[in-house]
Parts: sequence; structure tokens; C-alpha cells
Amino acid sequence: MDRNFSEEVAHVSRLARLELGQDEKEQMAGQLQSILGIAKKIQELDTSGVEPTSHVINLPAVLRDDEVRPSLPVEQVLQNSPKRNKDYFQVPRITAVD
Amino acid sequence: MKLYENTAAALSRMLTKEEVSAVEVAQSFLERIGDLDPLLKAFVTQTPDIALKMAADVDQRRKQGESLHPLAGVPIAIKDNICTEGIKTTCASRILSNYIPPFDATVVRALKAVGMPLLGKTNMDEFAMGSSTENSAFFTSRNPWDTGRVPGGSSGGSAVAVAAGMAPLALGSDTGGSVRQPASFCGLIGLRPTYGLVSRYGLIAFASSLDQIGPLALTAEDAAMLLGVIAGYDRLDSTSLPEDVPDYHRELETDIRGIRIGLIRENVDQQFDREVNAAVKKMLTVLEQNGAVIGEVSMPLTDYGLSAYYLIAPSEASSNLGRYDGVRYGYQSAGRHLEEMFSNTRGEGFGAEVKRRIMIGTYALSAGYYDAYYLKAMQVRTMIRRDYETAFKSYDLILGATTPTPAFKIGEKTDDPLQMYLSDVCNINDALAGIPSISVPTGLHSSGLPMGMQISAPPSGEKLLLKVAYFLDGQSRAFPQRPQLKTSEGGCN
Repeated sequence: MDRNFSEEVAHVSRLARLELGQDEKEQMAGQLQSILGIAKKIQELDTSGVEPTSHVINLPAVLRDDEVRPSLPVEQVLQNSPKRNKDYFQVPRITAVD
Repeated sequence: MKLYENTAAALSRMLTKEEVSAVEVAQSFLERIGDLDPLLKAFVTQTPDIALKMAADVDQRRKQGESLHPLAGVPIAIKDNICTEGIKTTCASRILSNYIPPFDATVVRALKAVGMPLLGKTNMDEFAMGSSTENSAFFTSRNPWDTGRVPGGSSGGSAVAVAAGMAPLALGSDTGGSVRQPASFCGLIGLRPTYGLVSRYGLIAFASSLDQIGPLALTAEDAAMLLGVIAGYDRLDSTSLPEDVPDYHRELETDIRGIRIGLIRENVDQQFDREVNAAVKKMLTVLEQNGAVIGEVSMPLTDYGLSAYYLIAPSEASSNLGRYDGVRYGYQSAGRHLEEMFSNTRGEGFGAEVKRRIMIGTYALSAGYYDAYYLKAMQVRTMIRRDYETAFKSYDLILGATTPTPAFKIGEKTDDPLQMYLSDVCNINDALAGIPSISVPTGLHSSGLPMGMQISAPPSGEKLLLKVAYFLDGQSRAFPQRPQLKTSEGGCN
């Protein structure tokens, strides 16, 4: 497998905030290359001047009035939180420390 | 005949005439689940108490003389990516294994409004990514026609539940074939509606421009009844179609004279199983003998659809699944700081296939590749839609095999993601075009497994699809065929 692609896998996993083990990274590199090989088939087609699809039924963008509507009560919103502090979601410190 | 052996339509008639109570019906299906689910593993969560309470409520309302919906008291199973208030909704993923939604999906609200008792939540490939339920983080569901084989996926648990008489109806979701392919593998009717016909509010997102909820049923009549309940405009889904919905059930009829039907040359490819193709041709002959006008149509971009799909769907998934960060709900791992916690949570919470798709999608959307991959794929999607528009100038419906082969063996395709992707090759283009598509049974293969045929219509063509499926039900199956729960030689258990 080419070395550049392994670096690419490491880069993409960082972008995706997805921790991968060394074995996973190696397996993933091979599999991604073969999947992208299939995906690349679209390069054979001449798409110049073709509009990309944004909505299949060509529905216009839907807008609504900017009105306040009731949302879920705080207690229900927080019921699934893995870590909670009073009415807040609790997370680890944001900055990395070396 | 046991109650659980009936179609939804038959149960509806018995309930309306008060020959049986909704509680008796629910009990029959719950007993069947108790007997068979340990073997077939269709359900991630069973909800017997809720089913019986909802059924008792229907019985009481009927006793009080209330006028009820025809499906009141007919139970249903729901795929585990559709949110149910107060009932665990896991997407068959470790990352959501303890998630209890604080709200109902719009379709669930509709089922509750007509009084359909909820039997439980069904197994699936994790986040609906897969074609066999083998990507479930919990277990693989078994095909009741041969328990050594997969039921298809990703809505495999829903298909197993209906095929084995554990539920008369079920909801699945179809992003690139996930209702139609398991319907075909399990001998059922499976309908993917027009994009926007059924609200996606509360359907946990995989690829938003492709996801649609659809019914799995024993007959076209049953599918029509259920579609009538779940279809319709919803202001909570900004892609919902602002259209009136016909009464699919009442408008069912069997006069197919003059309907122009095109056989898709690419979907009866010579590489497909010969019996699968022969069964499609046999159905076409029946349609022709009864007045349909038959021809052949070429969809030259068929092969490119698969390529475009495996860029578009993972790209959207990589964005949609960004929400699983361990903060607001779901699994949370440890980390010295926020970003490390995110990465560890996602690395431990997602399974292999979900990770692959997040990686492909993130790659395709990343700087330097966006135009060549994602944008190009969306242009190809436009070309595929035009292909269909051209075909529908000459034909009212087009059709071909639903899957290249009957159900494959458990473990047969798990080592090679590409082989698994190819099992959806016939189902993807309809999804890309946003058009409705139904899989109908075409009989049994010499191996004893069911086979299916897929019929597609222009947008909002559900009525026509159900009519042809209803006609075929009457022609070829006096009563839906039921599996004998066998296990083949060499199938792993």
C-alpha cells in the first residue's frame, strides 16, 4: 500500500475526530483505496454544464416565520447526558495540556 | 389458523367486526415473538407492556362506540433508527445503546394516533449502513426461510418480524435499498416511497438526501393501508412534500390494462442468478396477458449510480454523524481534553462499517477532493434523474430484479465491504432519483428461498405501484407464502 495514502488516512481520521488503532488504520487504508477505486468510475462521465442535484423533487427552500415555539423542557433535554452538572452538560477541559 | 398467521387487512376486518379483541391479537403476536425471537433475533427491544396497554385502550374505545381507523388494534414493529419516546432507540450502535428519545418521530405519532400497538424495535445494520444486519453492534438477525442465511438489510429485523409472523406490519428505512432488499430476501412487499412523502422527523439521519421510511408487509393491500397512515406533509421536515395524499387502500384496484411497463435491461444482467431473471420474465408475461404493454428500456448509467452513491451517502453520513460526540447523549469515553474525548468516544462507539463510511465521506468532502468527488457525484445524480425522466416518457413503470441473487449466507460477504455494497446494485439508482420503488415477491428459488422484483414509478407514483403489486398478489399468491424455519447445510449457526 502506498505510504502517502496511509498518511492520508491518519489525516482524515483526525479531521473526523475518529480515533483508530494501528491495525484499524492499515486495514482501513486498503479498504478505502478499493472503495475509492469504484467511486472513481464517475470520472469517466462528462458532467460539464450539468447542475448538481440539491433536492430530487426540486422543492424550493422552506422558510418559516421567525416565531418562538415551545421546545423540550430542560429536564428532558438533559435526561440522556453522560455527564451533567446542574442544568449543564459537563465536558473535559477544552485546551490540551502537554 | 392462529391470529398471528393473518395479514393486517384480515386482522383489521376481524377487529372491526369485533370477532377478536385488540388484546387477543397483540397477545398472539407477543407469544409468537416469545417462541421465535430467541432463534431469529429480529428485535433489539421488545415492548409487550406497551403493546398490551395500547391494545386495551383500542378495545375500550371500540366498546364505547368510537369510530376507529381500520388499523386500530393491528400491531406493528419499528426499525430501531426511528425515535420512540421513552423507548430505547439504538440504531444498533454501541454509541446509542442507552439512548432514550424524549420525543416521538412523526411516523410514530401517526401510528399511535390510529391505535397501532407497538410490539418492539427491530434489529438493523448499525446506522442503517449495510445489507445483512451483520453490521449490528448487537447480533445478526436470521432469515426465517433459512436460518443460516441473512435476512438482508439494513431493515433486516423488520423483515424477519413480518416474514415469521412476529408482527403483521413493520416500518423500515431505505437509503439505498434497505427496505426493498430485505423484503426480497424474506418474501415480502417492501416499499420505498417518493422522497419527501413520509416525514423523516425522528428518523435518525444516515444520508439525509436519500433516507426514506417505508412499510414492510405481507401483501400490497397491507402496505397500502400502512402507507396511508404514515404519508403526508409534516412541517417538522423541511424536505416534506406539500401534497395531498390519496387513500391508497380505498383506491386499490386490479385493472392493469394499458399500463406501459419497461423491463430494465441492466437489471436482468446475465451475471444475475438465472432463476431470479426467469421469475421476473414470468411475472412480465402475466402482466402482458392481462393487458399491460411490455417493452424493454435501457438505463445506461446504472453502473455509475453505485459509484456516485458510495460518495454521496458516506459524505452525508460523515456530516450527520458529527453529532455523536459524547456530550449530549449516547456513549462517552474518557479523554484528557475535549478533542481527545470526542475522538475516543467515536473510535470506541462506532463499528467498522460506520467508521469506513465516515472516513470515505470525510475524505470526499475534504479540501482538494470536494469537486472531484462530492460535486461530481451530485452532477452524476442529476444525469441519473434525467435517465429516469427519459425512460418515463415511454413507460409508466420500469422494473427488474430486486437483488442479483436470493439471500446469501451469514458470513459470506463480511470480509469484503465491496461485495456487500454490490448486493444493493439494483436498488441504488431509484434512491438517487428520489422516485418510489416497490419490491414484490416473484416466487421461490430452487433453493427454497424467496426472490423479488422491483417496480419503479415517477415521483408520487405510489398508487400505480400498489395497484400492480395488488394485481400480482391476486394472480400469483392466493395467500402469502410463509417460511418453514429451516436451516441449510453449511449455513453457520
